[in-house]
Amino acid sequence: MAAAEGSGAGGSLFPGLADVSISQDIPVEGEITVPVGSHSPDEDYSTLDEPVKDTIMRDLKAVGKKFVHVMYPRKSSALLRDWDLWGPLVLCVSLALMLQGGSADSKDDGGPQFAEVFVIIWFGAVVITLNSKLLGGTISFFQSLCVLGYCVMPLTVAMLVCRLVLLAGAGTVSFIIRLIVVGAMFAWSTLASTAFLADSQPPNRKALVVYPIFLFYFVISWMILTFTPQ
Amino acid sequence: MAAAGGGRSGAPAAEWGGFEDNMQGGGSAVIDMENMDDTSGSSFEDMGEMHQRMKEEEEEEAEGEAGAGEEEEDGEFLGMKGLRGQLGRQVADQMWQVGKRQASRAFSLYANIDILRPYFDVEPVQVRARLLESMIPVKMINFPQKIAGELYGPLMLVFTLVAILLHGMKTSDTIIREGTLMGTAIGTCFGYWLGVSSFMYFLAYLCNAQITMVQMLSLLGYGLFGHCITLFVTYNIHFHSLFYIFWLVVGGLSTLRMVAVLVSRTVGHTQRLILCGTLAALHMLFLLYLHFAYHKVVEGILDTLEGPNVPPFQRVARDIPAVSNAVLNTTAKAIALTL
Repeated sequence: MAAAEGSGAGGSLFPGLADVSISQDIPVEGEITVPVGSHSPDEDYSTLDEPVKDTIMRDLKAVGKKFVHVMYPRKSSALLRDWDLWGPLVLCVSLALMLQGGSADSKDDGGPQFAEVFVIIWFGAVVITLNSKLLGGTISFFQSLCVLGYCVMPLTVAMLVCRLVLLAGAGTVSFIIRLIVVGAMFAWSTLASTAFLADSQPPNRKALVVYPIFLFYFVISWMILTFTPQ
Repeated sequence: MAAAGGGRSGAPAAEWGGFEDNMQGGGSAVIDMENMDDTSGSSFEDMGEMHQRMKEEEEEEAEGEAGAGEEEEDGEFLGMKGLRGQLGRQVADQMWQVGKRQASRAFSLYANIDILRPYFDVEPVQVRARLLESMIPVKMINFPQKIAGELYGPLMLVFTLVAILLHGMKTSDTIIREGTLMGTAIGTCFGYWLGVSSFMYFLAYLCNAQITMVQMLSLLGYGLFGHCITLFVTYNIHFHSLFYIFWLVVGGLSTLRMVAVLVSRTVGHTQRLILCGTLAALHMLFLLYLHFAYHKVVEGILDTLEGPNVPPFQRVARDIPAVSNAVLNTTAKAIALTL
């Protein structure tokens, strides 16, 4: 039995050197323990047993850490290493909600519908990701989506500020304030996402990757700037 | 027995090694553009067929470890037919895993993204050069002109056109129906690029022109550069006469370039006339459409309603056509009076 297990383990570890001297039907079964990473089953059990609050707090901390990374874009790989799409989802939903103008009158929509904003953001992010992969980028699909989604945060802040400014009135002054705020946040978003994404490209093609990101955030900024509540 | 077994276990390993080499060599992501230029892209279709065939072969072999050997032209597996026992099962199991891995890799990579990868293999310098070239008509139409089958530039130009259209809609109309206008803009631009390219490719096929689909997409895409420039300028400066000048000059230049390249790749006067007439008409009319479709929206909507929260820059945009009309009217009257 031990010999069979031993030969089975040897056969799985070195497929090219399978033990060819076995001539009878010995079924090979048993546990094959791989020495690396043997603690992961224990970890799974421990995270299953922990209270829900711990799980939620851990995820919230991870999301919060990424927001901080976006606010101060340094060249760190934490945003890329453990990607998650919670942040982008929350940002996208809040931006779409704020951009919804809303009356039911057919001529007077007031703004893009929720679904339009949602589709534009995600479709745009997918296109940019595909583009950067096709240009030879080393970043994975979801990592890129994660970065682009998190970098929508400055524009969400800009939308909030615009709404507050519009509460005060809609004149030339408010337009200039909104223009400056949205412009600054647009530049911030583009720079933040460039800092993360351009590193994964070959050095002479950075401009090719930055341009679609610029267009993407430009379209979102334009939607924010020209929003007026009804 | 050991030697025979070693031979048999060595042969599948060599077969796997050969398969690896085949995938590596045939699946190389960067393909020289020179080779691609005058073919119809059939090398990709062959590669896809080859991979599909290999994938099917792998799956067949893995399933029928004992009995399917006779169906393959590969003679090495004929020996498996009679082989019962541990070695057979082990080897078949490993083959199945390798085959599954290869097949899933082939599907996820080569069927999806890497087929498009050669079309995006450009440098920024090349893109800039091609953008500028798209406005310069070629003089030599007796020799087939080279078209780079590249998709990055055209795709970015289509997206830029969408953004410019959006900008134009905002400055002319905007706050109303913003969402559906976005969908309209994207649909219009992509529909034009893909639809007219397909239509021209079909006509080129009928007229025996030497052009592939990717080249047609690329040519038409770069031709949109003139449209982008024209619309960007005329959406900000709202003079009709300025638009007509831009339409003729800029639109005309990019159309001439496309027409010249097509003419150089076609033989026969009637065919050349059909192709070039169609392309010129469609291209110029599209620019006209893009300009006027969104001006009418201005005049129509702003006549009927005006909300209290209209941002100031919209008022400026609205007044300019009225100002220009007023100016034209007064000058016309002044000229009539003096005559």
